[in-house]
Amino acid sequence: MPFGPSVVSMALATRTDRRPSMTRTLWDSSVGKKTIMAVSGLVMLGYLVAHMVGNLKIFFGPGEFDRYAHWLRTMGEPVLHYSWGLWLVRVVLVAAVVLHGVSAYQLSRRDIKARPTKYVHKRARTSYATRTMRWGGVILALFIVWHILDLTTGTVHSGGFQEGHPYQNVVDTFSTWYGNVIYIVAMLAMGLHVQHGFWSAAQTLGVGNATRDRVLKTLANLLAAVLTAGFVSVPVAVMTGLVS
Amino acid sequence: MKLTLRVWRQQNAETPGAMATYEVDRISQDMSFLEMLDTLNEELILAGDEPVAFDHDCREGICGACSLVINGDAHGPERTTTCQLHMRSFQDGDTIDIEPWRASAFPVVKDLVVDRSAFDRIIQAGGYVSAPTGTAPDAHATPVPKPDADFAFEHAECIGCGACVAACPNGSAMLFTSAKVNHLNVLPQGAPERETRVLDMVATMDDEGFGGCTLTGECATACPKGIPLPSIAAMNKEWLRATRKVRR
Repeated sequence: MPFGPSVVSMALATRTDRRPSMTRTLWDSSVGKKTIMAVSGLVMLGYLVAHMVGNLKIFFGPGEFDRYAHWLRTMGEPVLHYSWGLWLVRVVLVAAVVLHGVSAYQLSRRDIKARPTKYVHKRARTSYATRTMRWGGVILALFIVWHILDLTTGTVHSGGFQEGHPYQNVVDTFSTWYGNVIYIVAMLAMGLHVQHGFWSAAQTLGVGNATRDRVLKTLANLLAAVLTAGFVSVPVAVMTGLVS
Repeated sequence: MKLTLRVWRQQNAETPGAMATYEVDRISQDMSFLEMLDTLNEELILAGDEPVAFDHDCREGICGACSLVINGDAHGPERTTTCQLHMRSFQDGDTIDIEPWRASAFPVVKDLVVDRSAFDRIIQAGGYVSAPTGTAPDAHATPVPKPDADFAFEHAECIGCGACVAACPNGSAMLFTSAKVNHLNVLPQGAPERETRVLDMVATMDDEGFGGCTLTGECATACPKGIPLPSIAAMNKEWLRATRKVRR
């Protein structure tokens, strides 16, 4: 919001309009929208860590894995009704995904408009993780749709989907070649996205500075590596027969 | 040295431009890049052609007027301004591509000259202090902690050339704006406008059509004055603080 034309003759022109609310300021500014992306991204990252750790219970056998899945529906009882806790998590996640996606779309539109003419002399710019943020994000969004239809609703599940028997459902999915391919490709995309995303979120939220930079970059690499390895270990275990 | 130059030629903002090829000979390694272009222009004038328009002023690396993308790099292969780039950075027989800054907020005026007045409007939105600071000896009357003074000086080095915008794949002016905001916001003289400065300068930056930051780091790599990438994080911190603290 620039000052009026009077600014040319007098730098100390006083604003008379009221400043918009904090929410309005956040949503209208490119810096604010990046903040929304950073916070929603960190919410999803927190969920990813919990999800990955939960997935690893598959290595303790069907009994423990299925019991854990059942607990996800009874957590918070008796304060919460059956599966309310899980739905609460889902509502927060949907909100985070929508805010993240809408902000990313609007910011990308702005970025592309700001640089309409490309340089004739091309050279490699930026790291692979940085360059693939946008399309990587689209791949992840499509993956989430498939993942939910496959293992939550069972709509596109291979073989008979059994509600309440997630261990068997997971084994079924990773017994197909396409199930493994889709999942592993998506998890590699997730790792790249987290690597640049986590560090970027720190910068956007103003946590980054010269002395903390190495710590933040190491943490980003570590998170990306651990998450990717943790998630990919499940299809690999099914493929090698460790989990069956 | 004998060189082949491919230069962006564009009559004005309305007409489309294109790369034109020129040969220049007898270029000394000790010439600056701009002196090399002067040589080309003298030859063009002698041949009755129109000289290549490019921005330049002090030619000692402090004014921020020169602005060329040389072989895809803002200010060329060395970390300095184009006027301080010397032909010894190139080899005899090289082909050199010379293009203007590319950003919708920096429209081409002619050939290699772009309109950078969007930067002036960002400065007008808050890149000043309203507190009377007196004459030079009065500067000592307001104590500034040494780390703050160093931080301010590091950002005061920005000459507003626009290389950060030219290098950014999003045409973002975040590094420029952060340099100006950080320079004044850390100092006691800048305190009265601490919140309004960052909010208004960022809002003007958005209004001028600059892109957003995706932390690619291209800006800080191109900056001839070495404004560091964490400056952007520092400004983000100031901006977030200001959204909470500003009087509404």
